[in-house]
Amino acid sequence: MQDAPTHSAELLEGAKHRHLVTYPHFLWRLFVLATEGGVAYYVWMVVLTAVALVGANAWANQAADGMIVTGMTDHVSWGLYIANFTFIVGLAAGGVMMVIPAYLYHQRKMHDVVIVGELLAIAAIVMCLLFVTVDLGRPERFWHMMPGLGRFNWPISMLTWDVIVLNGYLLINLHICGYLLYTRFQGRTPNPRFYLPIVFLSVFWAISIHTVTAFLYSGLGGRPFWNSALLAPRFLASAFVAGPAFIIVTMYLLRRLTDLPISTQAIKTLVQVVRVTILINLLMVVSELFTEFYTGGSHIASARYLFFGLHGKSGLVPWIWTAIALNVVAAVMFLHPRVMDHSHLIKLACLFAFVGVWIEKGMGLIVPGFIPSTLHEIVEYAPTLVEWKITAGIWAFGILIFTAMLKAAIPILKGRVAEVHLPITTMNPPTDSAEVTAEPNG
Amino acid sequence: MSDTQTKSVSLPVLGQVTRRTAMKGLGATLGLGAFAAAISPLARKAKDISAEELLQKHYKDLDGDARAKVIARLEQDAKDQYGKNVTIHDPLPIPGTKFGYAINLSVCNGNGKCVEACHEENNHDRGSNQSYIRVLEMERGSMDMEKGNTTYTHAVPAEDKFYLPVQCQQCDEPPCVDVCPVEATWKESDGIVVVDYNWCIGCRYCEAACPYHARRFNWKAPNVPAEDINPEQGYLSNRVRPQGVMEKCHFCLHRTREGRMPACLEACPTGARIFGNLLDPDSEIRWVLKNKNVFVLKEELGTVPSFFYFFD
Ligand code: SF4
Ligand code: SF4
Repeated sequence: MQDAPTHSAELLEGAKHRHLVTYPHFLWRLFVLATEGGVAYYVWMVVLTAVALVGANAWANQAADGMIVTGMTDHVSWGLYIANFTFIVGLAAGGVMMVIPAYLYHQRKMHDVVIVGELLAIAAIVMCLLFVTVDLGRPERFWHMMPGLGRFNWPISMLTWDVIVLNGYLLINLHICGYLLYTRFQGRTPNPRFYLPIVFLSVFWAISIHTVTAFLYSGLGGRPFWNSALLAPRFLASAFVAGPAFIIVTMYLLRRLTDLPISTQAIKTLVQVVRVTILINLLMVVSELFTEFYTGGSHIASARYLFFGLHGKSGLVPWIWTAIALNVVAAVMFLHPRVMDHSHLIKLACLFAFVGVWIEKGMGLIVPGFIPSTLHEIVEYAPTLVEWKITAGIWAFGILIFTAMLKAAIPILKGRVAEVHLPITTMNPPTDSAEVTAEPNG
Repeated sequence: MSDTQTKSVSLPVLGQVTRRTAMKGLGATLGLGAFAAAISPLARKAKDISAEELLQKHYKDLDGDARAKVIARLEQDAKDQYGKNVTIHDPLPIPGTKFGYAINLSVCNGNGKCVEACHEENNHDRGSNQSYIRVLEMERGSMDMEKGNTTYTHAVPAEDKFYLPVQCQQCDEPPCVDVCPVEATWKESDGIVVVDYNWCIGCRYCEAACPYHARRFNWKAPNVPAEDINPEQGYLSNRVRPQGVMEKCHFCLHRTREGRMPACLEACPTGARIFGNLLDPDSEIRWVLKNKNVFVLKEELGTVPSFFYFFD
């Protein structure tokens, strides 16, 4: 630990056995830190809250009136929600790309920023769970899915696997972040035994969440567009583009807005990751398209609909070509030999790659799976305003918790907020004064 | 800065902290209020869902008494909601029975009477003209569904066309059952794949998995005028479905388990449809399987349908 908070030895001693007092205190401090900030911070959070509330309202109306308010039909029975779900699973998995250089290749400089990826994973999984929930026709029956209470069709249904791996990933990342922050809060050095094995597990687990999500689709024999062995690897490649792209931009923002030490080396490492993954992703897209279009046959119908339109229906054509263009341009930008000299170029490339993958792994993947339908009818899908509102609301909520978590984590990482010794007998609720505060606004 | 120093700062700052806290309290109150307002439409739905309905167990976990109670409640609901007296039966599979269906494509002329009969028998939403059956108009000389069309309106049969009715194939290896995360859909011992409308969570994974476009989702609560409601209903079949759940063809089990024929077969004016017990060597369907060149749709997917097609 490089910048451990300066604490007297007694404090450290006393901290060990008082988790019952310290841990709630820690949680309370996190909450206080997350709700305290300058005007800009409040404005940002209020805007996000407002959008999230618009989404909550739209969802409440959808739950009351039925899914009829969406653009989905019996022909295209999954739409914008599941498209976003699929993409965000990738974002959650992509967050782990920080962990690999930090712990597997022992890049010390990554250690301070690795938490950014883990917090992103937490926020992203929460969004995933929300996207699945808003897609349910009977959300109040979610308990039917709870093992023990309901009937959990495990191991046959891939969806139950997804429930397990997603929640597992959430717990894993909560544990890692919680443990690292809590020990810093206590002024202790984290014991590698309690988190390193879990960190390695999280790398494996990140791959599993995206693989299982791909299997949800690729296991359906009746949907040739998805029924491809390349789907899971393609998912992973694009996840390892979108995740790091998001984190790179986040790191630039954090560098500007906070005092978290973000080394250029850390950014460079991630840029290098994207340089490779973006090419692998494009290569896989090309391989898949080659098989589809060169072979022809009836399997090609969905791909043709997606890229060129079918029988005069071409709703997704502009989307997918935008995505391809964004991906290719981003790849060229990332591959520019002196990209690291131009931070604006990197940010723009990240944005392009992120949006490109969002389309390609979202609407560009889910919707054509249903068009044409299994009886070869062509019914198009376009999301309604309600779907856009709910989607925006979940994104806003996800960004809100990501912001709040970073807001609380950084002062603790920096050792600015730490626990001080409270005698075990004083069970007083923690107060604002019971902390070491170096700067008033964190 | 040490702890004592923080504490020793004089009143104005404490005052500021208090004001800040007060502002936060206000913010939190406003936020919660706004949240409550935002989700208030849920109250509209909540009043339609009773505690018994919410906590109802899976069909298979309801013993005789509990099931009778549930059925009584559902009958009452139908009366309250649709203003109709209905009777809901729960006929069980008959041992030694496995239902099969076959369609003579040389005879079917695409008149769509089966589609209509299904619509009426099964209390489908009137507005969307829903049915479990789709009849594809196909090019002669091709089994390529891509060249089919379900939305024809001209006089039938059209020149150089044949007609392919498709409904649930009651697969022996049903992908729809495999994917359901909560076992809300399963295959009964007589071969019929059913849905427990009171257990389905509405994820629509089964709809994505079915290769025959055989499943229908209740995007809203079906709208059927009281006088149009078919009051002879089955728990696992044609009772009026709730909003937000999956449904599908169930071979009219409320009829067929009592020795009658499916509504689509009775309505078919050409006699193209043959239904019966596959385990009974003397049944008509067995005769068809033995004497005609039958085939199933999308055999390569390994779904093993109990639904057969043949040409004379
Ligand atoms: S046809 Fe579709 S709904 Fe019917 S059993 Fe087969 S997969 Fe299931
Ligand atoms: S929609 Fe209902 S029946 Fe179909 S998979 Fe989901 S829970 Fe099961």
